[in-house]
Amino acid sequence: MKKAAVDKIIDSYGADRSQIIAILNEVQDEERYLPEETLKHIAERLKLPLAQLYSISTFYRAFSLVPKGKHQCTVCMGTACHVRGSDRVLSEIERVLKVKSGETTKDREFSLDTVNCVGACALGPLVIVDKEYHGGASPNQVPTILGKSKPTAKK
Amino acid sequence: MKKLNNFQELEQYRQQLKKQVAADQVVISVCGGSGCLAFGGEKVAAALEKEIKKAASVKVQLKLTGCHGFCEKGPLVVIRPQGILYTKVKPEDAAEIISETVVNQRIIDRLLYKDPVSKQKITKEDEIPFYKNQKRIIFGSNGFIDPTSIDDYIGIDGYAALAKALKGMKPEQVISEVEKAGLRGRGGGGFPTALKWKTCRNAPGEPKYVIINADEGDPGAYMDRSVLEGNPHSVLEGLIIGAYAIGSSHGFIYIRHEYPLALKNFQTALAKAREYGFLGKNILGSGFDFDVQVNQGGGAFVCGESSALMASIEGKLGEPRAKYVHTVERGIWDKPSNLNNVETWANVPIIINKGADWYARIGTDRSKGTKIFSLVGKINNTGLVEVPMGVTLKHIVFDIGGGIPNKKKFKAVQTGGPSGGCLPESLLDLQVDFDRLTDAGSMMGSGGMIVMDEDTCMVDVARYFLNFLKDESCGKCTPCREGIRQMLAILNRITEGKGLEGDVEQLQEMSGGIMDAALCALGGTSPNPVMSTIKYFRNEYDAHIRDHKCPAGVCKALVTYSIDPQKCIGCGVCLKNCSSGAIKGAKKKPHKIDPKKCIKCGICYEVCKFGSVKRS
Repeated sequence: MKKAAVDKIIDSYGADRSQIIAILNEVQDEERYLPEETLKHIAERLKLPLAQLYSISTFYRAFSLVPKGKHQCTVCMGTACHVRGSDRVLSEIERVLKVKSGETTKDREFSLDTVNCVGACALGPLVIVDKEYHGGASPNQVPTILGKSKPTAKK
Repeated sequence: MKKLNNFQELEQYRQQLKKQVAADQVVISVCGGSGCLAFGGEKVAAALEKEIKKAASVKVQLKLTGCHGFCEKGPLVVIRPQGILYTKVKPEDAAEIISETVVNQRIIDRLLYKDPVSKQKITKEDEIPFYKNQKRIIFGSNGFIDPTSIDDYIGIDGYAALAKALKGMKPEQVISEVEKAGLRGRGGGGFPTALKWKTCRNAPGEPKYVIINADEGDPGAYMDRSVLEGNPHSVLEGLIIGAYAIGSSHGFIYIRHEYPLALKNFQTALAKAREYGFLGKNILGSGFDFDVQVNQGGGAFVCGESSALMASIEGKLGEPRAKYVHTVERGIWDKPSNLNNVETWANVPIIINKGADWYARIGTDRSKGTKIFSLVGKINNTGLVEVPMGVTLKHIVFDIGGGIPNKKKFKAVQTGGPSGGCLPESLLDLQVDFDRLTDAGSMMGSGGMIVMDEDTCMVDVARYFLNFLKDESCGKCTPCREGIRQMLAILNRITEGKGLEGDVEQLQEMSGGIMDAALCALGGTSPNPVMSTIKYFRNEYDAHIRDHKCPAGVCKALVTYSIDPQKCIGCGVCLKNCSSGAIKGAKKKPHKIDPKKCIKCGICYEVCKFGSVKRS
C-alpha cells in the first residue's frame, strides 16, 4: 500500500490515536492483511510504539499479519449454526481445501476463517464466500459452495 | 434542510410531514434486515422499483426498511395500508404484486404465509401468530420507516421525547422517570439504569461520557444490530436524553466491525441529526450541547465488557480491569462514563414519551418493559421477537416460534450466550425475566434464545461454549485463561469417549474456582454453560463417560455409521457422495460402509432418501 493512501486513511480519522482500530480495519479491507511497512508508517504518524500496534494487530480477530487468499471463505460458528451442524460443514471444507481454519491454501486461492456469529441465524449453517451467503449448508454442498469441481471418490 | 432552532419549529415540521402522507397512500415495505438481504431482499426491492416506474397510473411509495423480525420467511414484503404480508418473495413476483395486488386489489395466494398448525393461509401481517403474540414497542417501528430517513422517524413522533425532556424536565426528573419505569440494562446484567445514571451524574470529574455499547458479541443474538440497522434514531435519541440527564456533552458509540450496515445507518443518522440540530450546540434552543463520536471494534468478544470497551475506545488493548473502581466513576480517560447497550438506550424515548406509569405496567415485579429475543436454532420461526417480561418460555418457543421442525422433540433452550445456561423441558413454564432466569442457573444476557432438539448433544454444547470462550478470553487473568483451557481439555476428552469417573466433579470444582477468581464478568460467568448442563443433563455426561455413547449422535468419536441391508435398495447415491471412498456395493445391491475408511462426515446419512444409513 502506498504511503499516500495510508496517509489518506489516517487523516480521514484526524490522525486520532483512539481511532486506531478503524484505521487498521480500512487497511485490512484494502490489503487483506496488515503489511509490516504500513504498520511502521502508522506507528510513526500516530507517534505510537510499534510494539503497541503489534499487540493491537494480534489481539483483535479482524486483523491478519499474513496475506490472505484471493477468495475468503468464512464459516459461521454461532450457536444457532452450531446446533444445526456447522462444525461438520467446517471439517468438510477443511478437508477439501486441505487447510485448517485461520489458514490460506498454498496456491493463495482460499483463506478459511470462522466467525462467531453474523446474525443471520435463520440461514444456519451459514458459509460466506466472498460476501455471498450460502444458507442451510451441508457437508455435501461444500464443493458447490466453493465453486470447485467435485472430488471424485476413490473406488 | 435548515436547522430546527426550537421546540416549536420541530412540532411545526412534524405536522407538515404528517400532512404530506395521505391516509390511503400505498406503501410497500421490503425488509432490508440482514436475514432478508441474504435471501435476496435487495433484488426484490429493485424489481419492485422497476415495476412501479412502469405502472404510471398508481402512486406507490417503496421503502427498504430495517428488519421486520420474521427472518425465517424472508424476503418479506408488506403492503400498506391493508397490511398484507407476502413471504419468500422473489424478484419475478414483483410485476404481479404491482399489477394484481396494488392495481387490482387482488391477493396473490401463493405468496401468503401458511400457518403450519392450522394449515390456513393468512393475509395480514398482524394476524400471523408470530407477530400477534408479540408486544413490539421497541422493534415495531422497524417495518414502517426507512432507517436512512430522519423525516420518517420524526413522522412517527421521533425526537418528541427529546423535546419533552429538554423543554419541561430537569435532568434529575428524567432520571427519576427512568427509575420509576424500572428500566434495567438489556446488555446482560440487568443493572438498574437510573441508578447507573445517578451515580455517573454525581461522580466527581468533568467531562462525563455516555456510551452506546453496540459490540453485540453473543453468538446467536442479533437484536441490537437489527435495532441499529432499522431504527438508528431511536437509539440516538435515547442517548441524547441520557446525556442530558447525566450532564454529558460527549458521547461514543462502540460498534462491531462485523456490522457494516448498522455502522453506515448510524453514521447517516448522526449526520442528519447534526443537520437538523438534534446534535451540536444549543440543541433545539435549550442551551444543551452534545455530540457523538463513532468507534469501531476489531472483533474481540471481551470488548463488550464495560472496562475493556472503554480501554479499546482509548486506543489501548481491549482488556478488562478489576471492578472495584466502577467505570461510572472512572471510565474513559479516568472520567465518569456511563455505558448502556443499544436496546437499553432505545427504551428511553418510549419511557419519556409515554410516561413511567405506562411503562411500568408492562412486565413483572422487578423486570419492567419488554425484551427482544433472537429465537434461533432448532425452531420453525427463526427471528426476532419482542415480548413483555414475564411470559413463559413455552409461549415464546411454541406459540410464537411455532415449535420444533421435523416433528423432533424439544430438549433445551439456551439463553444468555456464553455466560448463560441451558434450560430443560421441565422449566418450559418458567416466566422469563432477569431474576427468574438467574435463579434457574442461566441468565437473560443480551437475549439470545437458542432452541435445541433431541439431536443436540448437551455435552457438545458445553464444549462449544468453552471453546468459544477459550478463543475469546483476553488472557489477562489466570483463572479465565488457564481454567477454561483445562476445563475444555476435560470436555474434549469426554466427547472423544475418553472421559473418566470423577471428571464431572472435577469440572464442578474448577467452575467454582473460576467463578470466584476471574477478573471480569466474562470469565466469572464462563462456567455457566457447563454447570447448567451438568445440573439438568447429567445423564448425558454419564452416557459419554460410562457407556462411551453420545445419545444424540453428535460426538464424532462415539458415533458409527452403517447401512441397513434391509432398507438399502442400492441406488448408489451415498457411494457417489462419499468423499473418503468408504462405501462399496454393486448397483441395486445393499451397500456397505468400511469403518476403517469412514471419516464420519455424515454425508451418506444426509443424502440417503430411504433412511437406510444408521447413525449409532
